[in-house]
Amino acid sequence: MRRPSFSGFMLWAGLLFIYLPMVILVVYSFNDSRLVTVWGGWSVRWYAGLLDNRQLMGALGRSLQVALCSAVAAVVLGTLAAFVLTRIPRFRGRTLFGGLVTAPLVMPEVITGLSLLLLFVAMAQLIGWPAERGLTTIWIAHTTFCTAYVAVIVSARLRELDLSIEEAAMDLGARPWKVFLLITLPMVAPSLGAGGMLSFALSLDDLVLASFVSGPGATTLPMEIFSAVRLGVKPDINAVASLILLAVSLFTFLAWFFMRRSEARRRRALQQVHEAEQHPPAGR
Amino acid sequence: MKRLRHLFPGRQLVVGIPFVWLLLFFLLPFAIVLKISFSEAALAIPPYTEIFTYVDQQLKILANLNNYLFLGQDELYLSAYLGSLRIATVGTLFCLLIGYPMAYAIARASKEMQTVCLLLIMMPTWTAILIRVYAWMGILGNNGLLNSVLQGLGLIDEPLHILNTDLAVYIGVVYAYLPFMVLPLYANLVKHDPSLLEAAADLGAHPLASFWRITVPLSRNGIVAGCMLVFIPVVGEFVIPELLGGPETLMIGKVLWQEFFNNRDWPVAAALAVVMLAILLVPIILLNRNQAKELEGRL
Repeated sequence: MRRPSFSGFMLWAGLLFIYLPMVILVVYSFNDSRLVTVWGGWSVRWYAGLLDNRQLMGALGRSLQVALCSAVAAVVLGTLAAFVLTRIPRFRGRTLFGGLVTAPLVMPEVITGLSLLLLFVAMAQLIGWPAERGLTTIWIAHTTFCTAYVAVIVSARLRELDLSIEEAAMDLGARPWKVFLLITLPMVAPSLGAGGMLSFALSLDDLVLASFVSGPGATTLPMEIFSAVRLGVKPDINAVASLILLAVSLFTFLAWFFMRRSEARRRRALQQVHEAEQHPPAGR
Repeated sequence: MKRLRHLFPGRQLVVGIPFVWLLLFFLLPFAIVLKISFSEAALAIPPYTEIFTYVDQQLKILANLNNYLFLGQDELYLSAYLGSLRIATVGTLFCLLIGYPMAYAIARASKEMQTVCLLLIMMPTWTAILIRVYAWMGILGNNGLLNSVLQGLGLIDEPLHILNTDLAVYIGVVYAYLPFMVLPLYANLVKHDPSLLEAAADLGAHPLASFWRITVPLSRNGIVAGCMLVFIPVVGEFVIPELLGGPETLMIGKVLWQEFFNNRDWPVAAALAVVMLAILLVPIILLNRNQAKELEGRL
């Protein structure tokens, strides 16, 4: 039955195509030679050197700070948006709302970045805020962009949920916010986690939005890397890039693992319910 | 559902918070871009003239189409738009040609294999595009890995000049956006009923014929979604042409960036963005309709 197929070959070739460059990058980050194209033996000197690079470390700190704040805000806003999209069928401007939630996913970043910057400039003129662009404006930009991702992930999960559980709780007299906090939220918690991690990763990676809305002194890690690699490949950037690859892979794997575990638990619970229905315990 | 709606005292708040945020930080900015695209560049902070002014308690509107006329006159902008569209179209086609068989193979694999493959496809989309593009700089360069290997094998004498050409941009585009093609295609292909193909085989159809006449038409929504998810962002792509492309690689994202950061001509940059958005409006609407259809089909 299983004979080598064209599509199977393409799958493996495609995965190789996706992963080989990243593997090469990681291997070369351990290159002792200062010339990035010549192999000079294994070494961790570029990693050790990173710790002394205050500019990069400062940028990393700022990036992590923005990513953490953006992830938290995006999870809150994205969950609200997903709840509105899936549980409130009619209100004024619903079509517009649906479009606004998903549009940031495909909008070219140069357009979003430029338009947000012009907004901040206009706001500074009109109401005096933000007086100076920096981490706060980057945070706003990233939150807006990540909210869309969280909303898509969470609303997919909310759509699958059995509404009757929430309705039963309401019939029993629970207030809506209580139903949300005690029933809906725990059931979608894994997708909140996944959305939060994705937001964190996206914010940590973003170059274009940050470059547009950032101000003096607020250089994030991607901006720092970009200005360094514009002129060519550098060994210490290889090391930073490898570390980021490692961190993001770990994050993705964890997010996937949590989603999968909760999925398995849900399936097991369903199966138990099913079995209990078919074979009711005797003597009840 | 009805009950949920009526018992909601804080409903306004729940709808209001995300709605106001998106209106303020996503929709309003586009209105401002549109406004500034009609103003004139000025040596001031911010570097553009005000369109609306009050003179003698009357609102005067000083809008002009100069920026748009300027875009039409200068050869550079036209070729940048065309270059973006060309690279996005060809890149999308290659993503489709490579991504379709990949998605097909995943959809046919065992459940266990599917989750692993999906994770492997998804992982890179979470990783910085900057870093993944940077990885290619070391491979494609004149004395990069590819050339060293080819020269070491004695296949070529002179290093191939790939980095800083359009070819490198195509490689980068396919590399960076392939997952966005595979994921929606997989989501569509996995829903197909295998009994259709079995019935076709029983009736004597060649596997290729049944693939072409059953699988491909059924996966139309997936194809449209995947192509739009690749095409739309690639048109505005900045990082790939900047790092892998050469001086002759003209793409609109890069030109907009230069206009804004190097020339500090904000009104022209705004006009460039407005025209780009107008070009992308049809694909974006197509994608939104498609997503809605796909969601309804599933429910």
